[in-house]
Amino acid sequence: MTRDPSRPVVGRRRFVQGVGAAGAASALQPWNALAGSSPSVLSGTEFQLELAPLTVNVTGRTRSATAINGQIPGPTLRFREGDTVTLAVTNRLSFTSSIHWHGLRIPSAMDGVPGFSFDGIAPGQTFVYRYSLKQSGTYWYHAHGPEEQTGVYGSLVIEPKGGFAQRFDRDYVVVLSDWSDESPLTIISNLKFQSDYYNHNRRTLGTFIQDAKRDGLGATVEDRLMWGDMRMSPTDILDVSGATYTYLMNGQSPAANWTALFRPGERVRLRFIDAGSMSIFDVRIPGLPMTVVQTDGNDIVPVTVDEFRIAPGETYDVIVEPREAQAYTIFAQVQDRTGYARGTLAPRPSMAAAVPPLDPRPLRTMADMGMEHGAGGHAGHGGPAPSGTSSSPSSDPHAGHAMHGMDHGSMAGPQDTAPRLAGRVGVDNVATAPRSRLSEAGDGLDGNGRRVLLLSDLRNAKRGNDPRPATREIVLHLTGNMERFMWSLDGIKFSDAAPIMLKLGERVRFTLINDTMMDHPMHLHGVWSELENSQGDYRPYKHTILVKPAEKLSFLVSADEPGRWAFHCHLLYHMELGMMREVRIS
Amino acid sequence: MKKLTAALCAAAMLTGFASEARAQQPPTPDQPQPHGMPHMLDNAVFAHLLFDQLEGRFGFNEGNSFRWEAEGWVGTDVNRLWLLSEGTLSSGELDDGIQQLFYGRAITTYFDALVGTRWDLDSLPTRGWGAIGLQGLAPQFFKVSAIGYVSGEGHLAARLEASYDLLITQRLILQPQVELNFYTKDDPARRVGAGLSELDAGLRLRYEITRQFAPYIGITYLGQYGATARYVSAAGESTQQVRFTVGLRTWF
Repeated sequence: MTRDPSRPVVGRRRFVQGVGAAGAASALQPWNALAGSSPSVLSGTEFQLELAPLTVNVTGRTRSATAINGQIPGPTLRFREGDTVTLAVTNRLSFTSSIHWHGLRIPSAMDGVPGFSFDGIAPGQTFVYRYSLKQSGTYWYHAHGPEEQTGVYGSLVIEPKGGFAQRFDRDYVVVLSDWSDESPLTIISNLKFQSDYYNHNRRTLGTFIQDAKRDGLGATVEDRLMWGDMRMSPTDILDVSGATYTYLMNGQSPAANWTALFRPGERVRLRFIDAGSMSIFDVRIPGLPMTVVQTDGNDIVPVTVDEFRIAPGETYDVIVEPREAQAYTIFAQVQDRTGYARGTLAPRPSMAAAVPPLDPRPLRTMADMGMEHGAGGHAGHGGPAPSGTSSSPSSDPHAGHAMHGMDHGSMAGPQDTAPRLAGRVGVDNVATAPRSRLSEAGDGLDGNGRRVLLLSDLRNAKRGNDPRPATREIVLHLTGNMERFMWSLDGIKFSDAAPIMLKLGERVRFTLINDTMMDHPMHLHGVWSELENSQGDYRPYKHTILVKPAEKLSFLVSADEPGRWAFHCHLLYHMELGMMREVRIS
Repeated sequence: MKKLTAALCAAAMLTGFASEARAQQPPTPDQPQPHGMPHMLDNAVFAHLLFDQLEGRFGFNEGNSFRWEAEGWVGTDVNRLWLLSEGTLSSGELDDGIQQLFYGRAITTYFDALVGTRWDLDSLPTRGWGAIGLQGLAPQFFKVSAIGYVSGEGHLAARLEASYDLLITQRLILQPQVELNFYTKDDPARRVGAGLSELDAGLRLRYEITRQFAPYIGITYLGQYGATARYVSAAGESTQQVRFTVGLRTWF
């Protein structure tokens, strides 16, 4: 598809690319969030953080943001495994807020979700978090509400007690995020009125003619009728796009070009964190293969790739070895190809390499609807789920062993949810043939000619520490109604749902079936999610798992930390609008 | 004219709520919990007001007129209060001034049930109706509504509407639209006859400068039939009007 000529280009470039740091800083009075380099680093065991309004200028217009210690992202916190840290967080915003420590295995009272673990931090108040660090790796911290979009996020690195598993010479945090000049409530409200408000790549008469030329008129008409019958659009990739977002790397717009320095021959560790509210990024460094060594804070068996996909909430650590004294572009395009975050690896400041063009935009297919190949239409009316729902939940060869220990009686209940979901107000599709997609790179990546990281590639560096099989399976459907912009689990929104109860110490399998046409990064607080991805006892330990459309996957949980924990889609507006559950461990 | 002002004022009141969400108190869990529940926006109240038609209609033979058709709602995903307002102003007279207030409830994936009242408020005698109907998105992306009415005098009426957005480009959109009105009994005072009384159709080409601001040009057709046509003719007006139309589609 070609760019729509009717679309104004003037002004949009500045919008998408952002304002260059130097120009903006000199031309405009407000403190420029983009003018700095890397976020400042705080280390030790005592920390003071302050949440406060901050006037920023990302696109050429001044806006009020919410910052941590006057920075977006907030300072990088460097902890040491085994330490007990104290963090006094003061709220200078006009509303109750908090900090959630994303991925940290800490007592629930310290988790920082207002309503679950505490009441939140009222304006003017200080809450003192105190916890011991029983883990190491790359993590992050953020507010657990709409103010996350406007800047309340930062990175967090815990140095391992026994030294790093990998040798490296330089260590950079790379925080990817999305900035909008519109307020979070305006974005949600716009989507409630028109769910494709931010989609400027819808099908048109022009794409119809193109497709008819390529595929024939009959096939194209049939295709349009099939999607029309379902009242869905294959162009729904991300709900909020570059139409309003400027994508940031360490708080800097593409024009500002965040830069990390290296000497040729050095090993450079890049700790990627997707702190975006609604943006899934595809990251690559043209000319440099990346060796992925860690995900979600846990070391994995290194795997070398050209590109990886990272979703909100996830972290991926890579090591690169640039040998030439040249600049390399760190290119992070969003999944719907409406923009990118960009930075540079260079031997000297102020160098830049070519920025690659955006890849072609992906289109959803019937496979993303969870239909058998060639099946058409009527997904909205659902049908009783066939054997797909009740078959063995994962491709993990060891899952079979686990199944022996499972209570099959308790498994019968949740499997019946699929037929009950069809036709609900909040459910526009039920995947009739969900399947494992762990060995697919995902929409927009498969078949792009590059070596892309797969979830099935992830192999934990050490054997899992809980060899017990799961005694129970909890099946949850990820559900939504795109037209009404409603999001839920099992067709029930968070505020209308009962908590998921886990017994302290029990080992359970969560099976997720994505009935929607979008990817959802599902984040479980408090305990690890061990993804069952055919790596046997070396399952990767994740805190956020990206579930593809029509995908069925499972992860194991050891319920070893009591408390009330959140389990939710980490796309901020999906969470806010109901794609969340309480998981109560007692 | 006063009634037009009143209708616009009511519409303006709704815009006051526009674009702002307010979190509702979530339901209290069965058992007391140490900290209650997180306040999410999943049952929040939103409000919007759409002027689908805000247009001048310029006749080739007849006089010119100004028409508006607006819909506003305030509520959650499932429960909403709807205000629908329309009217046509020509030669200082307000016609077709239909104001409706509904409670709407989402009952299926794509359809809302509506129940409420309709008031015919314009230069002709006022009528009040009870109303019940459905509106939503039909397969192939047709926006449709069907509403039935019953008046205190035992008259029945029905109105069917449909429209479709054909994207020529991302911003240039052609919208065919049709509205049909039916009545079971004659109401000469309102120049309404039994049967299909009126068909209002339009073909509007809008350009979305932004999503919320889209000027358009178009051709509109207003036809009266049967007894209605006789009443309208008797009043010295044309029963078949094809007009050039210029307007603005805007929402808040």
